[in-house]
Amino acid sequence: MRALRTLLAAGTMAAALLAAPALTPATAEENVPTPPPQNWSFNGIFGSYDLAAAQRGLQVYAEVCSNCHSLNLLHYRDLAGIGLTPAQVKAFASQFTVPQGLDDQGNPKDGPATPADKFRSPFPNEKAARAANNGALPPDLSLIVNAREGHADYIDAILNGYADPPAGFKMQDGMNYNKYFPGHQIAMPQPLHDGQVTYTDGTPTNISQMAHDVVTFLEWAANPEMVERKQMGIRVVLFLVFMTGLTYAVKRKIWSNVH
Amino acid sequence: MAGLTKSDFKNPVVNWIDTRLPIFTMLQKEYGVFPTPRNFNYLWNFGALAMVNLVIMIATGIFLAMNYQPNTLLAFDSVQRIMRDVNFGWLIRYVHQNGASMFFIVTYIHIFRGMYYGSYKAPRELLWMLGVVILLLMMATAFMGYVLPWGQMSYWGATVITNLFSAFPWIGPKIVTLLWGGFAVDQPTLNRFFSLHYLLPFVLVGVIFLHIAALHITGSNNPLGIDVKTPQDTLPFHPYYTIKDSVGICVYLIVFAIFVFFYPNMLGDPNNFIPANPLQTPADIVPEWYFLPYYAILRSVPNKLLGVCLMFASILVLLVLPWLDTSRVRSARFRPIYRQLIWLWVLAVVLLGVCGANKPEGIWVVLSRVATLYYFLHFLVILPLLGKIERPLPLPESISRAVTGKGGGPLPTGAAATMEKP
Repeated sequence: MRALRTLLAAGTMAAALLAAPALTPATAEENVPTPPPQNWSFNGIFGSYDLAAAQRGLQVYAEVCSNCHSLNLLHYRDLAGIGLTPAQVKAFASQFTVPQGLDDQGNPKDGPATPADKFRSPFPNEKAARAANNGALPPDLSLIVNAREGHADYIDAILNGYADPPAGFKMQDGMNYNKYFPGHQIAMPQPLHDGQVTYTDGTPTNISQMAHDVVTFLEWAANPEMVERKQMGIRVVLFLVFMTGLTYAVKRKIWSNVH
Repeated sequence: MAGLTKSDFKNPVVNWIDTRLPIFTMLQKEYGVFPTPRNFNYLWNFGALAMVNLVIMIATGIFLAMNYQPNTLLAFDSVQRIMRDVNFGWLIRYVHQNGASMFFIVTYIHIFRGMYYGSYKAPRELLWMLGVVILLLMMATAFMGYVLPWGQMSYWGATVITNLFSAFPWIGPKIVTLLWGGFAVDQPTLNRFFSLHYLLPFVLVGVIFLHIAALHITGSNNPLGIDVKTPQDTLPFHPYYTIKDSVGICVYLIVFAIFVFFYPNMLGDPNNFIPANPLQTPADIVPEWYFLPYYAILRSVPNKLLGVCLMFASILVLLVLPWLDTSRVRSARFRPIYRQLIWLWVLAVVLLGVCGANKPEGIWVVLSRVATLYYFLHFLVILPLLGKIERPLPLPESISRAVTGKGGGPLPTGAAATMEKP
């Protein structure tokens, strides 16, 4: 009887373990490969952002992605989070012209952005964005890494995943073939090309390097609190482990006279 | 009849208050010297853990509400503002978000504890039924809370779940319109869900008060499932169980902290990082993990009305569990067959959870039907019959004898059997 019970308990556990992968709903079609896992600087409980990569990623975003993709949840001041000095933030922001309320005559006014401004949007509204992009809407990138199954690995795989469609694959007009995109037909044309930007630190600008950098930047954009969170977490867990030991010792002491 | 209480407290201020409003005497009676069975295992932590969790949810929720905007145009960004610009907003919000999952983990274990050790049996039926009401309130609160961030899964989850009520003939569509405050999930829905999400936790507090009040009338069950007979069977709640609960709380907080600080979005859906869009349905609409078994039961039936009824029945059946289980032995320790079958029921629930996470096609339809069938079979057929045919093991004479091993052994088998089946 005991053996049967153990067997059932073990069966329950095994089912729960087997369930773990099955719990992730299969959104992609069967023939879409799993994005290869990358060794990101932000992986793991001790992970933090490779600030140099994130800053290069900002450059890729600013020079390439931002032509179509907004970053609505970010302010220029947030860039202090990837190690820009206040002067650098100010200089970076001032390149962009953003709406600045109304002038004294009540007309909409534009001016150079300040660190307090939100990132400039490439299009004034969704209709304009669709009109400029063959009917497709370039998604806002503020949370894109969190908003996709596969997260950073998936975004990186998409940026590296452009290829010629296999023979016989029927492409719709204006669509582009991508190995990792569900259905393989993505409206976004291949965004990155070798040598497209010039890094000031001399890092080579091949597609995979630029993709790696911009994904690091976007991971930071989606989770700017991550480093503080993980560092606090380590201290909190250590403290709680200590408290558990202490509390358990007190419990043993108190209970020693009734056992 | 009215009159001052005679207070034993030495401190003059405490004594002065206690004489006029005997809250110190009450606390001393209910949480100080309260006689508690001496043989609790750590599964008896989970009621206290649920209480702690509720306090954490209310505390974090109050601060979130100070910064949240229940407006379809602002809600999503206001949550992100909390995450990015409010001091420690990310911490408060991740604690609240993962606190919902922790609440269900803790509560489900608490319920399992009650089922394994027969805590629902006489005289604790009403205590158990109040617990089922608490579960229902928790589910309603969690569902409405999940709508508030106004992401894709918030919106579409709300649409699917509220639409379930439309299955009921005639009254159904009216209920749905009432829930929505219109003809689709929209601004009025969000606004009323926010209001109710703030209200229901305090209703929960009220029902939990009744739950604990009933507990302090009947006294706690224990792993042996036998009644407390003498003072030797008990220990004062303080310090024995305050310290034992404290150990449990520390371990629980470690698990909680690991989720919050290292895997805050592990139990969430990536789609909820996309703002709600009524014109674009996500590929899969999946509820939060704690609703997956019910969702699987719902989808296991091709008929919508029947599916909805079965889903509600899966919880309401718990209300009558004290009368479905005909065995008078409480603890599974002394029920050799029940002790195996309860795990089969757990397996069915886990399997339902897995089915709920997968698209209802192929093998998952078959599995969810088998699991649904077993879920109800367990309550409606197995438990009523098992009490009649199962031969329980001899019960120990008393808690203190079983624990300390002093004095005589268990009653002879015959005596125990006579006791169980008069």
